[in-house]
Amino acid sequence: MGGAAPVDLELTPEERAFRDEVREWLAEHLAGEFAEHLGIGAPGSDEGWDIRLRWDKELSGGGWLGLTWPRELGGRGLTPREEAIFVIEHSRARAPYIATEQGLTLLGPTLLAFGTEEQKRRFIPPILAIEELWGQGFSEPGAGSDLASVSTRAERDGDGWVINGQKIWTSLGDQAQWLYVLCRTAPDPALRHRGLTMFIIDARQPGIEIRPIRNMVGRSEFCEVFFTGARTTDNLMLGELNGGWRVAMGALSFERGLTLLGHQISYEREIQAAIELARERGKVSDPVVRSRLADAWAAIQVMRFMNLRSLSSLFRSADPGSITSVTKVFASRHHQRLTELHAELAGPWLDIVGADYALRPVQSSFLTSRSETIYGGTAEIQHNIIAERVLGLPK
Amino acid sequence: MDFAFSEEQEMLRSTVRTFVDRNYPESKVRELMAGETGNDPALWRQMAGQLGLQGLAISEKHGGSGFGFQEIAIVMEELGRALVPSPFLASIVQAGTYLMHCGDDAAQADYLPGIADGTTIATLAIAEESGQWDLGEISLTAGHGPGGPRLSGAKLFVVDGGTADLVLVAAREPAGGGLSVYAVERGIPGLSMQPLQTMDQTRKLAHLRFDAAPARLVGQRGTAAQALEMAMYSGAVALAMEAVGGAQRALEMAVDYAKIRHQFGRPIGSFQAIKHKCADMLVEVEAARSAAYYGVWCASERNDELPLLASLAKSVCADAYFQVAGENIQVHGGIGYTWEHPAHLYFKRAKSTQILLGDSAYHRDRLATMAGIA
Repeated sequence: MGGAAPVDLELTPEERAFRDEVREWLAEHLAGEFAEHLGIGAPGSDEGWDIRLRWDKELSGGGWLGLTWPRELGGRGLTPREEAIFVIEHSRARAPYIATEQGLTLLGPTLLAFGTEEQKRRFIPPILAIEELWGQGFSEPGAGSDLASVSTRAERDGDGWVINGQKIWTSLGDQAQWLYVLCRTAPDPALRHRGLTMFIIDARQPGIEIRPIRNMVGRSEFCEVFFTGARTTDNLMLGELNGGWRVAMGALSFERGLTLLGHQISYEREIQAAIELARERGKVSDPVVRSRLADAWAAIQVMRFMNLRSLSSLFRSADPGSITSVTKVFASRHHQRLTELHAELAGPWLDIVGADYALRPVQSSFLTSRSETIYGGTAEIQHNIIAERVLGLPK
Repeated sequence: MDFAFSEEQEMLRSTVRTFVDRNYPESKVRELMAGETGNDPALWRQMAGQLGLQGLAISEKHGGSGFGFQEIAIVMEELGRALVPSPFLASIVQAGTYLMHCGDDAAQADYLPGIADGTTIATLAIAEESGQWDLGEISLTAGHGPGGPRLSGAKLFVVDGGTADLVLVAAREPAGGGLSVYAVERGIPGLSMQPLQTMDQTRKLAHLRFDAAPARLVGQRGTAAQALEMAMYSGAVALAMEAVGGAQRALEMAVDYAKIRHQFGRPIGSFQAIKHKCADMLVEVEAARSAAYYGVWCASERNDELPLLASLAKSVCADAYFQVAGENIQVHGGIGYTWEHPAHLYFKRAKSTQILLGDSAYHRDRLATMAGIA
């Protein structure tokens, strides 16, 4: 009866060999400017953009992107376990945070799930080669949490489509060659999410204007995108006509898969930095500080166990399941608490920034963590999802 | 949303759940909590004879079935779910773990078969006047005369201490001689058992007083610390699992009620104030479950992370249980505040879980030390 571990962590000899291969490659290639910028970047951030983009290309050259994607499209055809091993090693080695996250973790898996063969052959290889970057057009000024109320219209015109409207919060939109945009195709707004279609749209055309928005960290990481008679073609419809909601929900669920694992590993480094700071400032023996640090430390350990559970169900059913929504709520809440504690430990120096609003890690984490309960579905929307889809509470 | 317990282990879980559902409905729990012993001897024997739960982790040589801590942990989760009053924690987890690790063949041969078949109820006495479960706080000593060791002093808050047939007493040898464990049997002269009225009536505690009570050394003199630590770690993780079971049940009660209770013409579960509360309860439960299951794995492997996980799982799970049990009362409103409704039974059990084997402040302090926060 006994024997089976509740956490299926034991690597097979082949997996151990794979891990060693990853480690060796990372050790060899995290050199030069990459070694000088260990741990640079964060989700949705343009910090160290050029270096990170070069790192993505380095990974691409080594064949470390699209690990679970089909070989015929340039992927490696490996297992989710092997991908998880790579993510863990990549984070542990403090490699730069992936720059082309939009293509690699959002649009890519969405294309593989919903795209036509032609679309996959056209778009997957340049994503893996870091030749084409992607931006997401979901939210609008009038459609944030209520995503089903998007009003950007796509209207048929000959064998193509004409798009008019406005999108917002498009991460790194000014870098994108292509956008994937949720549009209203059925004129009756009462149809809500049943009247939406996902389109792939060339971002570099006269009908599209992209304006950066400065966020509270002081960086221009997301944009607003204006569509004025922009055009796309029928074969660039992603999924079915009026079936865009399913595609959008699919894309959002990919965002919560392995990404949390990488975050947890960077939080582990942050708690160590906070402990170190408390020590330097002579506060570590203050019982209140000690207790709060212990709580923060314990929460990050719990994140680790939650991620292991997600992985364990991912490995068995290829679906991380609803545990990821739960983990996201837990992780974002406790990460905010950690950054608040870390900020407090910095004392009055927290308030002093560098020239051009240059921030130290403690400052940028403190500010960035506010976005973690907003992007990819606010904490409140996550609570609704958990309550309605997991617990079955009525709408 | 599950970890990979094996198919056989899941079968064990469903067997235990069926047994508990059939034999320990709320009415049974209330009958036992109102009584003195907090145990139904016939059901306890059935648990041992039919299901073999008491002997799961005990070796075949000593009348058990030779499985391990994972199986024990699954039983604890299920017992916690239904608030089953029984000496499982005291006898199987605490005393059983000490005996299995004490290296005393004779004591194992004498005591384990009775524990495995349910005829002996044992417990492990640690805490004293200071009300702490830290092994460093143990000060009771044994006198050694020609008639063998004799214990004098007191042990407090002993789980099932009023009904145990066999009490394993943690004691300190004089002059820095380390820790030992002595067995004292019920009914011997010099041992007085004082059952206590407890706020959590589903878990019975007693104060024990020893007045030159004749005792038997179990293990070697002065070298019991390691086996005692194993018993403490196992106890902490087992309590964490019990907490996960109870918290899960409290969450289910709240959610079920939120679906059927109507106010303002709608089920209260359609209001976000209630919806989000329930979602937060699930977050607490799943975080606790993740910590507890990982702790179970460490305990079954007896690996290096166990001391850390014992403190982490115990504090995280007990606190989550308390939070969820409190919110369950809130979701139920007035009815949840009545004696008649079971919500308070979970709330009180959650509190006793926080207190027992060291409270969360104590375990957080241990965690801080182990995490290098100094």
